[in-house]
Order: sequence, then C-alpha cells, then structure tokens
Amino acid sequence: MNELVFFINNVVIAGSVTGSIYAIGAVGVTLVFSIMRFAHFAHADMMTFGAFMVLLLTLLFPSAGSAVGLPTAVVMLPLAMLLTATLAVGIDRAFYKPLRAHGVKPIVMVIASLGVTLMLQGLIRLFAGTGGQSLYIDDRKEIFRLALPFEGVRAPIVITEPQIILFVLTIAAVVGLHLFLSRSRLGKAMRAMSDNPDLAQASGINTNLIVAVTWVIAGGLAAIAGTLLSLDVTFKPDLSFFILLPIFAAAIVGGVGHPFGAIAGGFVVGFAETLAVFNWSVLLRPFRDSLPEWLAQAGNLAFVGTEYKIVVPFFILVAILVWRPTGIFKGKVI
Amino acid sequence: MSTQHSDRRADLVAAPAHFPRREVALFSALLVAVLGVYALMGTAYSTRMLVEAACYAILALGLTIQWGYAGQFNAGVMGFVALGGFSAMAFSVPVNEAFWASELPGELGLALLYLVAAVLVVFGATRLDRLGVPRRLRTLIAVALAVVLYIAVIGTLRGVTDQIESRVDFVGGLGLPPWLGWIVGGALAGGVGYFIGKICLGLRSDYLAIATLGIAEIIKAFLKNSDWLTRGTATVSPLPWPTPGPAELGFTLARALYLSLTAVLIALIFFLLHRAYHAPWGRMIRAIRDNEISAAAMGKDINRRRLEIFVLGCILMGIGGGVLGTFNSLFDPQGYLPLNHTFLVLVMVILGGPGNNLGTIFGAVAVYIIWIMSEPLALFLMELAVSVGESAFGWEVVGNLDSRALQARVFVIGLLITLVLRFAPKGLLPEKVIHHG
Amino acid sequence: MPLLEARDVHGGYGGMNILNGVDMAIEADEIGVIVGPNGAGKSTMLKAIFGLLTVSQGEILLRGDPIHNLPSNKLVQKGMGFIPQEHNVFPSLTVKENLEMGAFLKPQNTRRMLAQIYDFFPPLYDKRHQPAGELSGGQRQMVAMGRALMAEPELLLLDEPTAGLSPLYMNEIFERVKQINAAGVGILMVEQNAKQALAIADKGFVLAAGQNRFTDSGAALLADPEVAKSFLGG
Repeated sequence: MNELVFFINNVVIAGSVTGSIYAIGAVGVTLVFSIMRFAHFAHADMMTFGAFMVLLLTLLFPSAGSAVGLPTAVVMLPLAMLLTATLAVGIDRAFYKPLRAHGVKPIVMVIASLGVTLMLQGLIRLFAGTGGQSLYIDDRKEIFRLALPFEGVRAPIVITEPQIILFVLTIAAVVGLHLFLSRSRLGKAMRAMSDNPDLAQASGINTNLIVAVTWVIAGGLAAIAGTLLSLDVTFKPDLSFFILLPIFAAAIVGGVGHPFGAIAGGFVVGFAETLAVFNWSVLLRPFRDSLPEWLAQAGNLAFVGTEYKIVVPFFILVAILVWRPTGIFKGKVI
Repeated sequence: MSTQHSDRRADLVAAPAHFPRREVALFSALLVAVLGVYALMGTAYSTRMLVEAACYAILALGLTIQWGYAGQFNAGVMGFVALGGFSAMAFSVPVNEAFWASELPGELGLALLYLVAAVLVVFGATRLDRLGVPRRLRTLIAVALAVVLYIAVIGTLRGVTDQIESRVDFVGGLGLPPWLGWIVGGALAGGVGYFIGKICLGLRSDYLAIATLGIAEIIKAFLKNSDWLTRGTATVSPLPWPTPGPAELGFTLARALYLSLTAVLIALIFFLLHRAYHAPWGRMIRAIRDNEISAAAMGKDINRRRLEIFVLGCILMGIGGGVLGTFNSLFDPQGYLPLNHTFLVLVMVILGGPGNNLGTIFGAVAVYIIWIMSEPLALFLMELAVSVGESAFGWEVVGNLDSRALQARVFVIGLLITLVLRFAPKGLLPEKVIHHG
Repeated sequence: MPLLEARDVHGGYGGMNILNGVDMAIEADEIGVIVGPNGAGKSTMLKAIFGLLTVSQGEILLRGDPIHNLPSNKLVQKGMGFIPQEHNVFPSLTVKENLEMGAFLKPQNTRRMLAQIYDFFPPLYDKRHQPAGELSGGQRQMVAMGRALMAEPELLLLDEPTAGLSPLYMNEIFERVKQINAAGVGILMVEQNAKQALAIADKGFVLAAGQNRFTDSGAALLADPEVAKSFLGG
C-alpha cells in the first residue's frame, strides 16, 4: 500500500500537475495556429514573461495576498495576464502583422516568432538573471498531508497549496474557454475564422479584431501556465525550448486547431513524461520474492533518466507525425 | 564598427536588386572591417576570429541550401554541429589504453549487440501481420516486446557504462586523423537529418522546425550526459589538429595554416554547390520551392528531392561542426548553445542572402565579426549604464552582471532576425533568380 | 439611381488583367445574371464587386457611392452579401452558428432573423444543431444563402449557386432566388445554367474575354438567335 501511495504522489499528482501546465500552454499554441496558421515559437517565453510579471508584482506588493488569504502570486495573476496579453497584442502589431500584410509563407512567420522569442529571452534574462527564484516571497508554501485510513499505510498523500490552486485554475480556464468558444459571439467568430478565413471576412467578421482577441487569450493563458509552473517549483528564466517542445507535442497530439484536443494532448504528454521517469522498481518491491532475480535486483527501472526527459515529448511527437499527423481526434488539417 | 553598420543600412535601402557592383562594394567593406579588427586586436586574435568565421561559413552554406534553395527551415543546426564536433573528438583524441586493456570493450560490444538484436526483434514483431497475426495483436506484441527489451538492454548498457566511468574515465578516442572524424561527423549528421526529414518533409513546414529544434536538444542532452563516451561536463581537450599546432609554429602561423585549410574546404564546397545549383537537379529543387503544385504536376518526386537537399545541408553542418570543434581544440557539450550555433547561423543566412552562396559567405563573416566585437561592447555599455545608474539614481548593483550583459546580445540577434525578415527579406545579396523558358 | 453600377471595370490577379472594361447596372428590385463561356471573367467580376481583387481602372458604385477596393467586411456593412461557389459554409460550426455568423455585424437582429430564415428554409430548422460540414450539397447552399440573408443585405451576390447540384435542388435554388428578390433584395448572380438563369433574370450580361458582349433583359437575350447560337448551346 505504501508503494501505491508513492505511485499516487509521484505519478498521479505529479502527472496531473505537468499535464495541466502543458494543456494550458498547448491551448494557446493551438489557438494561434488555428487563426494565424503558424507554429508560434515564442509561446514558451511568453509564459516565462507572464511568470516574471507575477514575480515583479509580488516583489512590489509582497503582502497583498495575506489580505485575501491566497498566495500573493495568485492575487497578482490577473494583472500579469493583462500585461502578457498586452505584450502579445503589441508583438503581433510590431512584428507579425506587417509580415502577414505581405502575405509571407507560414514558415517565415515561424522564423519571425523565433526572433521574437530571442528578444523576450534576452530581455527577461537581462532583468531577471538566469538563476531560479521562488514566487513565494512573503507567504509560506502550504503542504497538505492526507493520511489514509488503512492498516499499515504510513506514507501520506502529499499535495501542496500551489498544486490545488493549479487544479482549480486549470478547470476554471478550461470551462471558461469552452463557454467563450461555444456561447459568445467573438468565440464563435474565432471558430468560424479558424474554419474558413475568407468566408469569415465575407460574413462581415472583422478579422483584425479576431486576431487581437486570439492574442489576448493566448497571452492570458500563457501567463497562467507560466505562473503555475513557477508556483509549483520556482521561476526559471531559461526553460524556453524545454517547455516549448512538450507544448507543441501536446498541440499536435490533440490535432492542431483543436483547443480541447490540446488539453487532452497536454495530459497525454504530461503523464507520459512522468511515467517515463518514474522508477518502477518501487512498485515491484512487494512482489520481490516471486520475481526473476535480474528484475528483482534492478535498482532503477525508469525508462529514461530525468536528464533525458525531453526525449519523451519528442518521441511522442515523432510517433504522432508518423502514424497520425492530424492528431488523435479526427481533426481538420490546417 | 559603427561606420560599417551605417554603410550597410545605406546599401539596404538604396541599391537596386541587380546592381553588379554590389558584391564588390560589400566585400570591400568587409575587407576593411577585417583589417580594422587586425589593427585593433592583433594578428593572433584576429586570425582565430577568421578561422571561426570560416567554420561558420560552412554551417551557413548548409543552412542556405536548406532554407534558400529548398525553403526548409532547420531550427536545430546546433545538434548537427555538436554531432560533427563529437565525431571529430572521438576520432582524433588519443586511444585510452586503460579502456582497451580491460574487459570493458568486450562487454560494451556485447551490450551494443544486444541493442541491435533487440531492435531487430521489435522490427520483426511489427511485421508479424504478414504471417497472419491480426494487426491489433501484432501492435500489442510489438509494443510489449519493445518495452521489455528496452528495459533489459538499457539496464545492461547502464551497467557497462557505469563501469567505464568509474574505472577508466571514458572510452577515449581512436587516435586517427581529424579529417576522418569530420567526414564521419558529416555522415552522422546526415543520418540524423535523413531520419528527421523522412518523418517531417511530407508534412507542414512548421513541423520540421519543431522536430529539428527537439532533436538538437536531445543530441546535446545525450552528449552532455554520456560521460562514458564524451566525459560530459568534464570536457575533452586538447583535440589534435590536422595541421601543425601553435606549439610548433606559434599562434598566428598555426591559425593561418588552419585558415588556409578551411578556405580550401569552403572553396571546394562552394564549387560543388555552384555546379549542383546550375545542374538540372538544382533547377528542380528551386522549381519545387517556388511552385510545389506545378512541380508535382510535372511528375517530380517532391519528397525525395526535398529529403536529398535536407540531408545534404545536414552533412555540411556536421562537417562544419567537426572543423570548428577541432579548431577550438575542446569538446564541451555544454558549450553548444541554440543562440551561438543555431540562431547566429540563421542570421548569417537571412542577412547575407538565402540561396546565394556568395551572399551567405559574406553574411557569415560579417555577422561573426559583429558578434565577436559585440561582446566587449555589451560589457562596456552595461558598465556604463550601471555607473550612470549608480551615480544618478543610486541603483544597487546586482550580481552576475557580465552574464546579464551578454543576454543583451540575445535580444539583438532576435531583433535582427525580425527586422531582416521585414525590411530585407531577400538579404543583402539576394539570390539571382533565373527564369527558365 | 441604380442599386449597383459598374463602369468600365478593369482588374485581375497579380498584374494580369482578366476584366478589360465591364459595364453593369441593376436596380434595387432586379435580378441580374452574368453568363458567358469559361474564362470570360464572370466570377472575377463578382469578386471585383465584393472587394476580393484589386480594380485597376473604372469604378463600382453602390447607390451612387464608390465602393471599389473597399475590404469586404466594409461592404457587408454597406448592405452587400456574397455567397462564394465553394467553401461557402463553416464546416465545424453548427447550422445555427453558421447563420449567427451572418449577423455578426447586427447581433441585435439575430433572434428575429433566425426565425425568418428557419421559416424560409424549413430543413435548416431540423438540422440547426448539426455541424454544417455534415450536410448535403443542397442543404449547404441553403445554409450559405441563409448566412448571407442574416445580415439583411440590399444586394446579394451569388457565385454559381447551382454548381454541382441535382436538377431537383437546382430548381429549388432558382425558386428561392426569385422569392428573395420578391422580398426586396437585389440579386446579381453568375450561372452556368444560362437558360434557366436568364429565364428569371431582369437583366442579363453576357461576358466574353473580360468584356460585355451582350447586355439586355433576360427574355430578350434568350430570344436573340446570336446569343443562343454562341452562348446557350443552340
């Protein structure tokens, strides 16, 4: 039973945490892809930017959270989302829109977004340095230990405060996005434009407005994802490509242009990563006596070491591109 | 540097596309800049810069045929460069007697044999459906076999590599001439390129960028963490040169000799590429880039041609990486950075002129000079800003100022990419488009 | 003042002119039909009117206002609706959502107009929660027409609305076009089925090589032996 608790702590909870973060990131990527038709490489650094804004605001008003009973970083999140959304719209105006107006190929937009990601990286690291930093400035990270009411179970299920906040925020973001896309006029227009941009324009939909709305949502979601990632561990300014690859893998697994596919894809990639680095020999311990010797003796039965974590999303990406480039759900090919 | 910069801006706006004296003007300006560096920084330093610029020119030629000739965007140049550097190291470094004297080579060979056998078994399992096994069952069997065999083989391999690390440091090199390592490095890079290209080239062009970005980080992670093979973060040095080293000739002469070697290499590559560009094969490649649909309608095998050019580009990057690694005389997997080895090359190509080999070489040398010179400049500006800030606003000085100042260069490279794409999308020396019939 | 007037319109794609001086005029309550051989510039003319390609010379007026080279979402605001020949629905949106997109600029009218459209095309009411991509060709054409009508246009442009439809649906669509016109909407459509189309046309424009060859009432063109010989297949 202790092994099972270990599994829950290290796979179920850890996988859900990673999965949620990837899911929220991948939704942003997939929305940008479906409206503007290019893979937005600057998304990971937009996430970092959002988390950095939260860090700055938390440093400015360290005790704002205690008034509401939440960590200050969470209280500052809406403001950071607003700032990141503004940044996203600004970047589009300054760098992407002129290229779009020239009618360049999507791959040129990809290169431009790489340029943007370098600019963001440079700016963030210029001000934040390259070391990690906790978002908990004045608050204490609460850790909940749930003891299980079973005989012989000593280990508790451990879940931290930021993880609970993360689950709540993820659910809120998904429900909010669903309502926006299926109920609101702008949300439906976004889906229409993703289906057929020419017809959307012929219907009188202001495509520039939809593009701006897309960036606002993508920026806001990026700020949430980046902040949640930093809350769970620490704020690291140099993650960039290591977070970008799993997010792209998630978006492609879910079928590019499918927001809810991207959420599923995020959890697929998150759990795959966690399962791959999980040391399975722990689970085999209770059955040690009945196992062949070479298996019982093995100390480390993880598929890959944590240093090779990035191989997992890449492997998933390659597998999905080989077998089903449209993603696991029947999807339109954009 | 500032005068050269303003020259470039003037050119960028004023000169028409087919101005014949453009090349001469740009290369003269480049020559002046190089002489300026020589006067300012001394011969040994400047020659080193030129050799490195020449190595980057090889990388840039690799990228220009992928991006310029064929419109394929490779966002993982770093990975192919690192493979070349690794191969140069593995071939040229002296043999590790302690390793070969032990029983470890045999055990390592056996483990690798297991690996090959496991791959064959799994591959065989994927073909079981030809023997009448239902497809779903076949998939199940193949996946289960892959998991079990993977764990078994990786366990054995880990055992051997741990032994190697603790007893003999690392496997050592082969003690062969470096150029053999360069060739094999090119082949290795080409092999990885083939694998990636095979998967991605029939799909959206964005996917190739994502996949190459990923494979580059994976190659780096592998080289960094395989201490038994590369000593990992402990780094390997010195790497022997194919030409007499500084110890025999002094820095300037030895580097000049190495420079002439790279110059010959570039001339050779340039000549071969020039031939290929004007051959029917080159025309076909460009036809595909410019109009995929009509090229397909004419019965061209598009994906095959694309794969050929992508692999060719990767081979050049591998060779360039080998030449660069040998010259640095140090193999440090952590020293391979996306900024220095992917995006710098990208700027060289799009600024110089994608698809124009001469423009690419110009871009490589010009951008490398700016890059090298910007390091002291960035530090100087940062210190200036800090001293002004301290005296005028009473700012507190934060730590690791040097590494932060260098981040400013990241910003500048990013800005340069976006500006070039917008204002000079064809580069300073645009590809001369020849219309056929 | 005519609802739509085009004078000496030149235009095309990427510097190559397809239209070499087309004139056209229709009144507010009329059906105009453009016919002609393949490559005559029929659809191109429609796209030029709807701002989808650059007009290099000449002018297009809507109720006397110049509208050439305005972006199409502005033209929708000015009371123009356009139904392209292909890709004329949003496949992943439901029928109801497709219709709502038509009223994007006048959201306050959505409820009232939806009721009207469902009245006008009863099959759409039954399928209102189905994705439009799952409908048959004829039903999609209804969705497309419904979407355009949601904005209450004064002028409706239709690009080959009957292309690829079975004769049964074809008649239905022509019938609908007549009804829409009877409700006070000016119509300009391009048609391959020239005889049937001219039969309901107040004005007919026969284009060839990007220029007007014949311009007359629909009935007159049908009766003209030269038109019949060259353009209506005898």
